[in-house]
Amino acid sequence: MSSTVMHSNHAVAHDDHAHHDTGGNTVFGFWLYLMTDCILFASVFATYAVLVNHTAGGPSGKDIFELPYVLGETALLLVSSCTYGFAMIAAHRGFKGQTLAWLAATFVLGAGFIGMELNEFHHLIAEGFGPDKSAFLSSFFTLVGMHGLHVTAGLVWMIVMMLQVSRRGLTDRNNTRLMCLSLFWHFLDIVWICVFTIVYLMGTI
Amino acid sequence: MSHAHSDAGAGHGSYGSYAIGFILSVILTAIPFAMVMSGQFSQSVNLIGMLVMGVVQIVVHLVCFLHMNTSSEGRWNLVAFLFTVLIIVMLVGLAIWIMVNADMLMMPWMFQ
Amino acid sequence: MFGKLTLEAVPFHEPIIMITLAVVAIAGLGIFGAITYYRKWGYLWTEWLTSVDHKKIGVMYILVALIMLLRGFADAIMMRGQLAIAEGASQGYLPPEHYDQIFTAHGVIMIIFMAMPFMVGLMNIAVPLQIGARDVAFPFLNSLSFWLFVAGAILVNVSLGVGEFARTGWVAYPPLAELGYSPGVGVDYYIWALQLSGLGTLLTGVNFLVTVFKMRAPGMTLMKMPVFTWTCTFTNILIIASFPILTATLALLSLDRYLDMHFFTNELGGNAMMYINLFWAWGHPEVYILILPAFGIFSEVISTFSGKKLFGYTSMIWASGAITVLGFVVWLHHFFTMGSGANVNAFFGVATMVISVPTGVKLFNWLFTMFRGRVQFTTPVLWTLGFMVTFTVGGMTGVLLAVPGADYVLHNSLFLIAHFHNTIIGGAVFGYLAGFTFWFPKAFGFKLDERLGKGAFWCWITGFFVAFMPLYILGFMGMTRRLNHYDNPMWQPYLIVAFFGAGLILCGILFQLAQLVVSLRNRESLRDVTGDPWGGRTLEWSTSSPPPFYNFAVTPTVRALDAFQDMKERGEAYLRPDHYAPIHMPKNTSAGVIIGLLGAVFGFALVWHIWWLGAVSFIGMIATFIARSYNEDVDYYVQPDEIERVENRHHANFAAPRSVLNTQPVAEQI
Repeated sequence: MSSTVMHSNHAVAHDDHAHHDTGGNTVFGFWLYLMTDCILFASVFATYAVLVNHTAGGPSGKDIFELPYVLGETALLLVSSCTYGFAMIAAHRGFKGQTLAWLAATFVLGAGFIGMELNEFHHLIAEGFGPDKSAFLSSFFTLVGMHGLHVTAGLVWMIVMMLQVSRRGLTDRNNTRLMCLSLFWHFLDIVWICVFTIVYLMGTI
Repeated sequence: MSHAHSDAGAGHGSYGSYAIGFILSVILTAIPFAMVMSGQFSQSVNLIGMLVMGVVQIVVHLVCFLHMNTSSEGRWNLVAFLFTVLIIVMLVGLAIWIMVNADMLMMPWMFQ
Repeated sequence: MFGKLTLEAVPFHEPIIMITLAVVAIAGLGIFGAITYYRKWGYLWTEWLTSVDHKKIGVMYILVALIMLLRGFADAIMMRGQLAIAEGASQGYLPPEHYDQIFTAHGVIMIIFMAMPFMVGLMNIAVPLQIGARDVAFPFLNSLSFWLFVAGAILVNVSLGVGEFARTGWVAYPPLAELGYSPGVGVDYYIWALQLSGLGTLLTGVNFLVTVFKMRAPGMTLMKMPVFTWTCTFTNILIIASFPILTATLALLSLDRYLDMHFFTNELGGNAMMYINLFWAWGHPEVYILILPAFGIFSEVISTFSGKKLFGYTSMIWASGAITVLGFVVWLHHFFTMGSGANVNAFFGVATMVISVPTGVKLFNWLFTMFRGRVQFTTPVLWTLGFMVTFTVGGMTGVLLAVPGADYVLHNSLFLIAHFHNTIIGGAVFGYLAGFTFWFPKAFGFKLDERLGKGAFWCWITGFFVAFMPLYILGFMGMTRRLNHYDNPMWQPYLIVAFFGAGLILCGILFQLAQLVVSLRNRESLRDVTGDPWGGRTLEWSTSSPPPFYNFAVTPTVRALDAFQDMKERGEAYLRPDHYAPIHMPKNTSAGVIIGLLGAVFGFALVWHIWWLGAVSFIGMIATFIARSYNEDVDYYVQPDEIERVENRHHANFAAPRSVLNTQPVAEQI
């Protein structure tokens, strides 16, 4: 089918087109997926809350959390939310180069967050406070690690998006996907607020 | 090129909204961390402080970063979110209530 | 290289399993050979396996569900046979370790791999048609959902021949399900089968919610949606709200088993009760996920065959909504005996009793719909009436169990078993079978044989009562669930009666198989040429049977509830436009089937600790998904001349009776 035919069909069949996978449907569907992710996290948060005092003679949060370090992680994630926002603004205005640059900045910040988290985990395990030592440590590692896995998935997705944007430009499809990733990224920041409040801050007082 | 955005189901902000969101988030993060790290406040003050700040910061993020609003395109997103909050409150609240009660009856020494 | 997998994993010493495997292998070879002989592989691949058409995906869901029904029922009748003889000195023919796998497999299969796909299949076939849409919102995702579900089903069936299935009961409570007490691979099969199919279900929930909220035909406001679409919507809301809890719970259990963590273990602070808590926070909404669509089917059937609009449409919707929300605050009634104390038990007991109120509202709505209607006693109506009687009994025993004090006596007794079979068979399964008969002509273009259908119904319902009423009595006599042997001669007569009941249900299933064969043979005389065999009221009946791949040549405009009935009354039902506009359609894709099958490999690899294979298949799944995201050639336009050709063929079929049709529903000829 030639592209001219396609084009004229767009005008004729506009009503039918709206019936299909437009950006709005995709973003709404992705939003619903995020809601399911909220409930996934809520289940693990509930488990953490139930098991937080089950330290089985091992360390409690007070013994192992270092708030300045967590503050550093938080800063990375918060700034990355902002840079992703700038990427979205650039994409909306059609500036491909700027979009890619802000995405790259976001990626670096996110990777830095993951690096810090892995470092924290590594230290804990090296000191003998691994996830197999007590129910509290199991739930701590799982909750924080699950957030970390989500961030990692976001980073992989970001690489794919950077490749797609550089190859195909800011097409409708790519803009829709950037919007979904934006929701995902900001959503992970919200989860992190819950993590540092409920795990780190409440664990330290 | 970007016309698909107008019906993309969730809005996108300006530099201004991101800047406001960022500044508010920095403040709302700094306060509870400072409270806890200073060690000057009682446990209950700390607890209330951090929970209030946390909830406010979540709302800030939702409005400034996720651009949640009550416009006609955004309404279903908002409804879905509020329903999810309801489910989470019931799920987490009841789950903890159940377990704490069970623990109190079966492991009373943990509560002394 | 192969992890824990060795040749010893195949149970050569179990004659029952080996005979089953031989039969399955012979049947499989037969099917494989037949497809090869008739050169149908290409057709199968392009038209079915890679299809993103919601109608075909729906048919495939139901096909798998029916196969799994046979497997699950085989498990059931084996258990009833064992219990009919295993009293005192007789040990029966099933050793405990095999019996334990059978009752676990029976539960998992019937809930996750029979009822769920049956429900999702009916939803796939009917919902997009009912709202006047061309397909679901994300057709590729729909195919992916189906194949992820198939991956789970494959794992459950592979466990029969390679290794073992869980011996824990379908709930897999720790600490029994922990590594210390279940060192084999059974629980791992359970975990990965449920995780894969659960992910598929979750995606289905998201997909259909977007479809219903964003793709309704113009004019169809929310309160003009057909009841079945409404109840499916509530089901999907429940799916996206509850399935993540299952995913999380099973993930925590697998962390215990794979990474030596301590969420639910006896040691180092683990708390097995948290698993029970989370499991039922999913498990209770799950039963409403199963039953709500069935309620929708009964509503459609009763309204159609009474020739009246549904009594109390609005109250029906609100009752479903109330059940959806209340369904989330009753889960503790599955473990009153855990010991959370009087206050907690009282709260959940009262909430459970409250939830029976909206259900009662629905029953009265159905009764009043029939009142002063001209009810035609077709097979779907028989299923509905059978449901109303059976489900009322099941509901009342449920309210009885909701009293915490009574539950302390009856918990985990056969009374409980009788109760939930009473609601799931008499509620969900009867509903799906009604829906199956009701929408079969829509999906295939010909009706099912009525006489055999009625025979199946009477066998099922009498079989049900004969099989399960003795179980209520046995519960009061103190018999607990999951026994494979007992020393009480008082119980045996009841268990023998129950076995005969299972035999009657078997007759019902045989009637249904015969019904399929006979209807296929007589399909010309059973042909539905109009697309509206029952005098239907909703939009799915306005298009041909089976519908063209694009569903509607012109998107219908809705003016009223029961949109098609409204069109027929206005005389607009079969009007044709002067010309057709091109239709935007999705292209088929093999990504769904590839990802699904890689998912099955991934699950199998993790069950057997074959880490390299797990990594390879996982990367393969992600890579396929990303590759698919690069593909921009995913849709096309159907041209007007092709639409014209398809529509002409359909309208030529019933050009003669058309004028009659508008005034008189054909269903009265039955």
